Amino acid sequence: MSSFLPARAFAPFVAAALLLSPLSPPPANAAADTVKVGVLHSLTGTMAISEVDVKNATLLAIDEINAKGGVLGKKIEPVIEDGGSDPAIFAQKAQKLIQEDSVVTVFGGWTSASRKAMLPVFERFHGLLWYPVQFEGNECSADIMYSGAQPNQQILPALQWGEQKGYKSIFLLGSDYVFPRTANLILKKHIVHDGGTIAGEEYVPLGGTDFSAIINKIKVAHPQVIFSTLNGDSNVSFFKQMAAAGLPSSKLPVMSFSIAEPEAKAIGPSLLEGSYAAWNYFQSLPDPVNVKFVAAYHAKYPGAPVDDPMAHGYLDVYAWAAAVKKAGTFDIEKVRKAAVTLPFIDVGLGETKFATNQSLVQTAYVGQLLPSGQFKVVWKSSGPIAPQPYDPLTFPGKTCAI
Amino acid sequence: MSESALLWGQLFNGISVASILLLAALGLALSFGLMRVINMAHGEMLMMGGYVAFICTTLFGKGPGLLVGLVVAFVGTALFGALMEITLIRRLYGRPLDTLLATWGVSLVLQQAARSIFGPIGVEVTAPAWLAGSFAIGGSALTGLGIPAVRLFIIVLAALVLGGVTLVIARTRIGLLVRAVHQDRGMADALGADTRRVDLAVFALGTGIAGLAGAALSLISPVTPTVGQSYIVYAFLVVILGGLGSLTGTLLAALVVGLFSATAQIFTSLGFSDVLLLLFVILFIQFRPRGIISQRSRALEEA
Repeated sequence: MSSFLPARAFAPFVAAALLLSPLSPPPANAAADTVKVGVLHSLTGTMAISEVDVKNATLLAIDEINAKGGVLGKKIEPVIEDGGSDPAIFAQKAQKLIQEDSVVTVFGGWTSASRKAMLPVFERFHGLLWYPVQFEGNECSADIMYSGAQPNQQILPALQWGEQKGYKSIFLLGSDYVFPRTANLILKKHIVHDGGTIAGEEYVPLGGTDFSAIINKIKVAHPQVIFSTLNGDSNVSFFKQMAAAGLPSSKLPVMSFSIAEPEAKAIGPSLLEGSYAAWNYFQSLPDPVNVKFVAAYHAKYPGAPVDDPMAHGYLDVYAWAAAVKKAGTFDIEKVRKAAVTLPFIDVGLGETKFATNQSLVQTAYVGQLLPSGQFKVVWKSSGPIAPQPYDPLTFPGKTCAI
Repeated sequence: MSESALLWGQLFNGISVASILLLAALGLALSFGLMRVINMAHGEMLMMGGYVAFICTTLFGKGPGLLVGLVVAFVGTALFGALMEITLIRRLYGRPLDTLLATWGVSLVLQQAARSIFGPIGVEVTAPAWLAGSFAIGGSALTGLGIPAVRLFIIVLAALVLGGVTLVIARTRIGLLVRAVHQDRGMADALGADTRRVDLAVFALGTGIAGLAGAALSLISPVTPTVGQSYIVYAFLVVILGGLGSLTGTLLAALVVGLFSATAQIFTSLGFSDVLLLLFVILFIQFRPRGIISQRSRALEEA
């Protein structure tokens, strides 16, 4: 235990140094020309498949901004933490980033469970989280910038697309957790309101593989389209068993809300070919800014698909940097006030800006899956859609004022 | 499609689900029934079968690849099972908790191995053209009811496997030894039966069937490193409901579970039908603790 001796011997000096430290100037190289931001995604566990890509896109944006000189003359230094696909770890790491690393903001989160777990941490310790994934809405916090789609920017535009195609009878199918349940609650209100019919509503447990009974019910109900909020591997079973039952997407179209380019690659494009997806970004968007973004990403990660949450992760860093420039400071309060007054910017998703409720104004697209695993954009909303955290038809009287 | 067609359709689905459960549970019934070994890695044997099917369909094309895959999956996982028995299970006989932990470890190792070799997001196996269609059935009450060829294929396969295993147990010398060891391990041992080799054979056969099942089920389910986990609980449920050590019991239990869950889903959702199913099994076990077919066996009485 000899190693303890010097430490003990130096203890009075250490204590003195600690007492003096608030007075002494900060170490020149660390604080003067860099600024720390947190990047908090699941790098291990079930969610790692999706979240590692968002982390990569976030880091790409940081690198690009640093290459152009950083923000307010400082280089951005990312502090990367692993949420481990566990909401409790997300909360713990968020606290660590704010308190120990003193980051000026945090980019991260994917599942609603992880966001809900981090929310009280950001409220209590006064941090700012940039959340990149579409979600069920029904939440409104001054400490979160919601760049992922609200229900009225993904689900309801998809319904509008369906109505324009003349689909009256809709079958709702989802995995059994908060997002599909809330999404379908909102969809049902709007389908009935618009004079359509709900052919059926079914849920399978997360990871469920048997769809025989549900497919039978679909056959009896004769819907014109299926709106699917199935998540993960359940999609593989569902599309395989639909094809086996003689109902491929070409016969009975399926609109999925949780299948983007990487999921399509994983499930198998041949199985999904012709099915639809609704997002606010597709890799195939012809926007020249997007072509540049995809090329830059592929220069670092060749051949990897780029999807909506990744584009939002990339966007968040640029929006934060723009807000910091406008505010002239890293102060959280001033940055988030500046963020909602920025003009429209385009980093690949089309024209986007943050509304005063701290959610993103953005365009909705519907894509149809090609055999290549890419989506062909077949529909877009008439313009950028203002975000509504609380659907007025489903949750009347609730508003989000920050 | 009419309401009565829904009923008939669900009847067929019940049998289809039963055939899937039977394939998944048969290997477990053999090793759990005979050797009291709780093989937590049984699901991963199914997973390995799925990956074998993927490799074979990639190498030889969808149709021939599937048939080759079924054979290779059976032989390959049987060999793996034999290896597992010799290196691990054999050393832990009579220590059920240790076997449980050790096989759970094997299951984690295999899942991570699949993740490292094939990646975490699963691979694609699709049915060949001759299994892709469905048979439409005419006739008044059944109009609109289509029977998917791939489900029919799995039912036939399950029946063949069950028939094959029954024949082996009832007609061959190794089957005779298996029955002897099952009835009274000590006495069989004393009379010169090599119980170690019987255990090895049974365990290998059980894992081989699981591999075969995994290859067949890849036609309707995903092939991912963790896919085995979705079968293991239902497989144990079927084995326990059927009664330890009885193949007839396993078959009946698979049918009961499949048909119960399919009929329940006519009236309710998938989630709630699972609740009803578990309630039913719990109640059933209260009245018949030994399952549908209760075997009288000294091995069981001692256990």
